[in-house]
Amino acid sequence: MAAVAQYGAYFAVLVVAAVPLGHYIARVYDGQASLAQRLLGPLERGIYRITGIRLDEEMTAKRYAFCLLAFNLAGALVVYLLQRLQGYLPLNPAHRGGVDPFVAFNTAVSFASNTNWQAYGGETTMSPLTQMAGLTVQNFLSAATGMAVAAALARGFIRRGSGTLGSFWVDLTRGAIYVLLPLSLLFAGLLVSQGVVQTFEGSITVKLVEPQESAAGQTITEQVIPLGPVASQVAIKQLGTNGGGYFNANSAHPFENPTPLSNFLELLAILLIPAALCFTFGSMVKSRRHGWVLFATMVALVIPPLLLCAASEHGGNRALADLGIDQAAGNMEGKEVRFGAFTSALWATVTTAASNGSVNAMHDSFTPLGGLAPMWLMQLGEVAFGGVGSGLYGLLMFAIIAVFIAGLMVGRTPELLGKKLEAYEMKMAALVVLLPSAAVLVGTAIACALPAGRAQVLNPGPHGFSEMLYAFSSAANNNGSAFSGLDATNRFYTLALSLCMLIGRYWVIVFVLAVAGALGRKNAVPVSAGTLPTDTPLFALLLIGTVLLIGALTFIPALALGPVVEHLRLAAVAGGAP
Amino acid sequence: MAQLLRPLLSSLLLFSALFGFAYPAAVTALASLAFPSKAGGSVVLVGQEAVGSSLIGQPFTRPESFWGRPSATAPSAYNASASGGSNLGPLHPRLLKAIEARVEALRPFDPEHARPIPIDLVTASGSGLDPHISKEAAFYQVQRVARSRGLSEKAVRSLVEQHVEGLWPGVFDEPRVNVLLLNLDLKNMEQTGVE
Repeated sequence: MAAVAQYGAYFAVLVVAAVPLGHYIARVYDGQASLAQRLLGPLERGIYRITGIRLDEEMTAKRYAFCLLAFNLAGALVVYLLQRLQGYLPLNPAHRGGVDPFVAFNTAVSFASNTNWQAYGGETTMSPLTQMAGLTVQNFLSAATGMAVAAALARGFIRRGSGTLGSFWVDLTRGAIYVLLPLSLLFAGLLVSQGVVQTFEGSITVKLVEPQESAAGQTITEQVIPLGPVASQVAIKQLGTNGGGYFNANSAHPFENPTPLSNFLELLAILLIPAALCFTFGSMVKSRRHGWVLFATMVALVIPPLLLCAASEHGGNRALADLGIDQAAGNMEGKEVRFGAFTSALWATVTTAASNGSVNAMHDSFTPLGGLAPMWLMQLGEVAFGGVGSGLYGLLMFAIIAVFIAGLMVGRTPELLGKKLEAYEMKMAALVVLLPSAAVLVGTAIACALPAGRAQVLNPGPHGFSEMLYAFSSAANNNGSAFSGLDATNRFYTLALSLCMLIGRYWVIVFVLAVAGALGRKNAVPVSAGTLPTDTPLFALLLIGTVLLIGALTFIPALALGPVVEHLRLAAVAGGAP
Repeated sequence: MAQLLRPLLSSLLLFSALFGFAYPAAVTALASLAFPSKAGGSVVLVGQEAVGSSLIGQPFTRPESFWGRPSATAPSAYNASASGGSNLGPLHPRLLKAIEARVEALRPFDPEHARPIPIDLVTASGSGLDPHISKEAAFYQVQRVARSRGLSEKAVRSLVEQHVEGLWPGVFDEPRVNVLLLNLDLKNMEQTGVE
């Protein structure tokens, strides 16, 4: 009951915040956010003056995609070079050397593609310069890139007989400075009020109250506690569905997430923009009901895995049943007392529903079905909320498929928002949906077949398989969370997962923009008696069915080999069977 | 090409300055004005000496102290420079062995305890730096701590009760106790009791 109240409150606050934000974001991309433009307009115009960006530039889909890819490539290159050369660069008080080239490549792809998978060893490898000028900057820019693509796709639906989708540079700039920057400042401030650290000092050293004997026989009398500009990074890592933590333990670390209230704020920040963009879309296409249909679809896809995860984590670890332990608090291995099983289950669900990937508990130590829920949410293609922008355009690709299936059933030409959908759009949408799924399954299969894949797992048996499946699901859907027992720093994993991240991000973006361009060129068809209404609960059900069907057919066999087998083994152990 | 390169390079440079430097610097400046202690790590002072952060757990192993949660950090427990969990799955033999060993380590101190051990006392946290234990885990240790310190159980129990915190216990979080702050107050209580 307590959990239901918490979950209910969370989604209620989310709706209340997301609706007005969504309408505001629509005005931002239309250049109609007058109050914000009065405050931040000088910054926007200053950027255009220095960079030579023209406010009225119009790009074809091809040009839009080209600028986007070039910009992301340049960003990734900067992150790569900063890591490799940090030993020769300033702001490196700990004198850290260059990062291993494979890990550096993986990290550069990871942050440019909004995945934020961390192959590097947390705060021990990166200089503060790399963290700030490389990683934090990409947190903003990769998020703004995703939002820009969503805005361009919305314009594809709005425009009639037009060859262009707006300017990538203007969309990028507006998303970054009118949406991400003010929200990040707000959340960073709120997080500091809860105890998230924010300083340029490197660390503090304190005297332990009880000196300890180490395993090596030495006496430990001090605790060295790293500090840093954490709140500013945590704010954008949550808002931009990035997820890469300042510390190794991510949002389980008390300095990233010190209280239940900071936890609630961070949870809100994770889904805030992906949820708001549903309403942005409704507002931009002048049919707010469509925004609600998309939002309701996303919520409906998230609730069942949430309840499964919560029930399973609250149920505890049945293998401990005979040890005289009180498991009323649930499965607490890898969890923090200030969050507990229910709140950790909410986080695990929310962070994988969005392509965020930050964690406040270690997913690798979840119960089998508790770990199945986040894996499932990633495997649906990160469309139930998903990344900022990418969740919306991903779900719209599924909507195209759903309309097409419905059209086949009733024998009518499929239409969505007044645009006739033809073979070209269908092909593009199918390519968007199929390739990342194939990358997950093929990647996992190769990892299982190669010694370099198998040797890196921590847990034996089906749980080890889950570690591999989770890694490829996370990378190919740009989530970034992990079953962290897997050591993904060797050449095989750094390269294989980089490839998956590239496919999950840029393959998808190119075909989504192709759809946007094709839609924009079409003229509107008048609504007739044969038009399937796409702003009704019935269509939401059809859309949910389409997402689930494709996800289920693709991944249930793989899930059966990992978490399902583990669950049955756990039941057998608890039941006393051999 | 020039039409691509100029906006690309100059905007990348400008955004790097804005989001990589100006933004964190602005947040740091505001934080140090509004919440200087919290922004600096919530350091706990005894006299002039920093003895910890109220947000970061410390290892306690003596019978006269309340014990925190097991910690999986390497190379030793509660190493704040290398946060992290065990990542062991629910059936991993190492996890089951470790939990059994923790149960066996707790039992001899409280042989008269018939109650089962609260789960958080025998499982490692996600960060390895969890500053809290559950209210139940604190009460579980009252007998041992009182006996080891020569204090009355009632006095120790009421001290624990004063330390129970929770935002909205039962809905948003579970009632819990900060181990470092409790142990520091326990020390104070003993000293004032002697006087």
